[in-house]
Amino acid sequence: MLSPVILVPAVINGLMAGAVYALVALGLTLIYGVLHIINFAHGALLTAAMFAAFFAFTLFGIDPYLTAIVLTPLFFGTGYALQRFIIGPAAHGEDRGFLLVTLGLAVVIENTLLYFFRADTRTINLPYAFDVIEIGPAFVAVPRVIAFAAVIAVAIGLWAFMHWTDTGKAIRAVAKEKLGAELCGINVAHIYGVTFGVGAACVAIAACLLIPTYYVNPTAGEAFVLIAFTIVVLGGMGSIPGALLGGLCVGVVESVSSIFLGQSLGQIGIFIMFIAVLLARPSGLFGARL
Amino acid sequence: MKPYLPIVFVVALLAIVPFVTTSNVVLNFLVTTLLIALVGQGWNLLGGYGGQYSFGHAAFFGTAAYATAILQVRYGVNAWLGLVAGILAGALVGAAIGVLCFRSGLRGSYFSLVTLAFAEVLRIISSVAPITGAGVGTLIKLDLRPEAFQFQSRVPFYWIILALVALSLVAVRATENSRFGAYLVAIRENEDAASALGINTFAVKLAAMTISAAITSAAGCFYAQYFLFIDAAIAYGPRISIDALLAPIVGGAGTLFGSLFGALAIKSLGEATKLVAGDAPGLDLVVYGLLLIAVVGFLPRGMAGLMAAVVPRGFRTALPAERDHA
Amino acid sequence: MPEPMLIVDSVSRRFGGLLAVDKVSLQINPGQITALIGPNGAGKTTLFSIISGFLPPDEGRIVYDRIDVTAEPPYKLARRGIARTFQLVQPFPGLTVRENIAIGAHLWQRSRAAALKLADQVARSVGLGAQCEAPAATLTVAGSKRLELARALAIAPRLLLLDEVLAGLNPSEIRDMVPVIRALTGTGMTILMTEHVMQAVMSLAEQIFVIAEGRVIARGTPADVAADQRVIEAYLGRGAAHRTAAGNAHA
Repeated sequence: MLSPVILVPAVINGLMAGAVYALVALGLTLIYGVLHIINFAHGALLTAAMFAAFFAFTLFGIDPYLTAIVLTPLFFGTGYALQRFIIGPAAHGEDRGFLLVTLGLAVVIENTLLYFFRADTRTINLPYAFDVIEIGPAFVAVPRVIAFAAVIAVAIGLWAFMHWTDTGKAIRAVAKEKLGAELCGINVAHIYGVTFGVGAACVAIAACLLIPTYYVNPTAGEAFVLIAFTIVVLGGMGSIPGALLGGLCVGVVESVSSIFLGQSLGQIGIFIMFIAVLLARPSGLFGARL
Repeated sequence: MKPYLPIVFVVALLAIVPFVTTSNVVLNFLVTTLLIALVGQGWNLLGGYGGQYSFGHAAFFGTAAYATAILQVRYGVNAWLGLVAGILAGALVGAAIGVLCFRSGLRGSYFSLVTLAFAEVLRIISSVAPITGAGVGTLIKLDLRPEAFQFQSRVPFYWIILALVALSLVAVRATENSRFGAYLVAIRENEDAASALGINTFAVKLAAMTISAAITSAAGCFYAQYFLFIDAAIAYGPRISIDALLAPIVGGAGTLFGSLFGALAIKSLGEATKLVAGDAPGLDLVVYGLLLIAVVGFLPRGMAGLMAAVVPRGFRTALPAERDHA
Repeated sequence: MPEPMLIVDSVSRRFGGLLAVDKVSLQINPGQITALIGPNGAGKTTLFSIISGFLPPDEGRIVYDRIDVTAEPPYKLARRGIARTFQLVQPFPGLTVRENIAIGAHLWQRSRAAALKLADQVARSVGLGAQCEAPAATLTVAGSKRLELARALAIAPRLLLLDEVLAGLNPSEIRDMVPVIRALTGTGMTILMTEHVMQAVMSLAEQIFVIAEGRVIARGTPADVAADQRVIEAYLGRGAAHRTAAGNAHA
């Protein structure tokens, strides 16, 4: 069972899948690191983005990777508006408020999608979706390799943004010391909006990377939410490198445990790991760092 | 006796209904409303009074429902014993999750996340495990005898769920006036200060979680008997977990009648939505989601906050900092 | 000499690279007011947190009434008779003043009515009698400090740990608070307080420990400590003792 011929491809595929998980988790950990809230609507946003990418392809024939170019700024704007005009005001600055409002948002988004598009599971058929590249003993689908590369690029871009631009520095300031940042003239509500927007943008990109190989239905994002949470907790709430490494880890764990438990129970491995990590070390492997 | 008068009043009012109407539509509406009220009252104890927001109360609901169904279907156990067994099973799951979470000191969002995860794990397991009927679910055989906890007419079901809700109201009222209740609220308000005052916060939270699970479990067992069918999505799905928290929050978390009034409100809203927009799946939940956001944003104390301005002092239920002490 | 009520025995605590508390030893005698003073960042609040069970020490022991209570959780210490107030007040914001105090009273009163009655008494004893119905969130700083004190008193402690209970009060509020604290020892209460407000410390304390950089640098009566060179230098810097003495010589 554990022979390299089976294990190595599983690991490599796990890494590819994990990269996309990592991107989803990146958005989540950023939002947590700055706003100190757990965005329960993250999965729903992912689902919405996946539907958008799906329809862009089936209705207009636009390749998902091209859709990303439009979808990313669109979702950035949507995320910004959501945080600035709905979540922020409704929550009254209380943790519990954020919890409930993002939960409510998740319910609204998912069920709106359910209402309009029914519960059917759909997939797209990209012409090159099944082309493979040979990596060692593994045959990896082209879209997965593209996804892996894209995620690395996004992660580097995000790091550069956070460290070299003024807005990025403002975000880090707010994350570290909100009151102090405010006193320095930083508009915290605006920064919160930007952060949420970036998180939503990450999700939009992830959706476009996923849609070539993954199915979409109104609860597709849900599956990723807890995975993303697991990664964020594992890698440390607010840590970008943690999210990346955690994502790759989780991808591998899911891939390997699927060998033994089958597809549906493979997901359980992730949840159990999630619960175990939270119980043992709530601050994660890397702790809170941005 | 005086603190329990409002409960007597409300329950009496509800008890009159079967004498006033024989409409199945009305009775069904009220039965399902009271069911949600019971589910929510369980959540309310832990979340409203204790401040620990569980996002996975379905874990207890579903366990109890499955327990009683499986015991009846596979082992021929009497349905009333099944009720007891279901409540015990659900309470046990509650205690187990509580021990794990509170021992690790999980609070706030982390606690919510973990409870969500537990419910999801149970949902996945029950959707593939043979004993729960896997994807097909479990069907309880029709056996319309009182001994089998099944009735031809809806009226006996109504009495039973009303009785269960009444019991839950009494239990919560008793808690409000007890040291346990005071400690629970203290933990909600400031857990560190509470422990500095001699409160064993772990023990109190665990007790609250277990009782909360037991109350919601009772609703799970009732569901199984009323609808005679459960599957993984019904038992452990997000719908029940959302109902569990929405009803008390809309009605007023941490108040005695919050879950009941909230359940009435959301069920009415759900029905109105169906009337206006048809039976399409998902629409009522959209409305629920919007309602949640609206309530949190504009009415943080729920309907109880509204009512505090209107209801006479004697019937005021426990709004913190507004109770008057006899 | 009566047996010490509390012995802190060579306690140390580290945070990453910082040694916040460095082999600190002290004894608190029953019925006395003992003060812990020292410049900011000296480790006083860390020490307090260790004594009150909120932080375990890395080394050393805490002995209370001859029992080793090291690393016991706060609720157990409270049941043993050790009460603590917080530097940043920690009220139960959604509850009234009376309900706040009643939570403390419940430690020894099972019945709600009895706890509320005791809460009334304690509120009056610290001067909050008129505000029993007020929501705790609406109190002024001075009121909050009194509430903090009242809540701690409600658990009927034998050792009261006051963590900068006078911080944030203006001079007239301090003047009002000091007699309240002094009156407590009349009932046999033992008090350990950390404070920055020097006049209060000097007039209240019978024994003082001076902490700087995590270590005890002086101990004794207020008079001893005020004259101690090391203490002056800890507060005012190297050579300050000489300059002060020289200044006094010229005056």
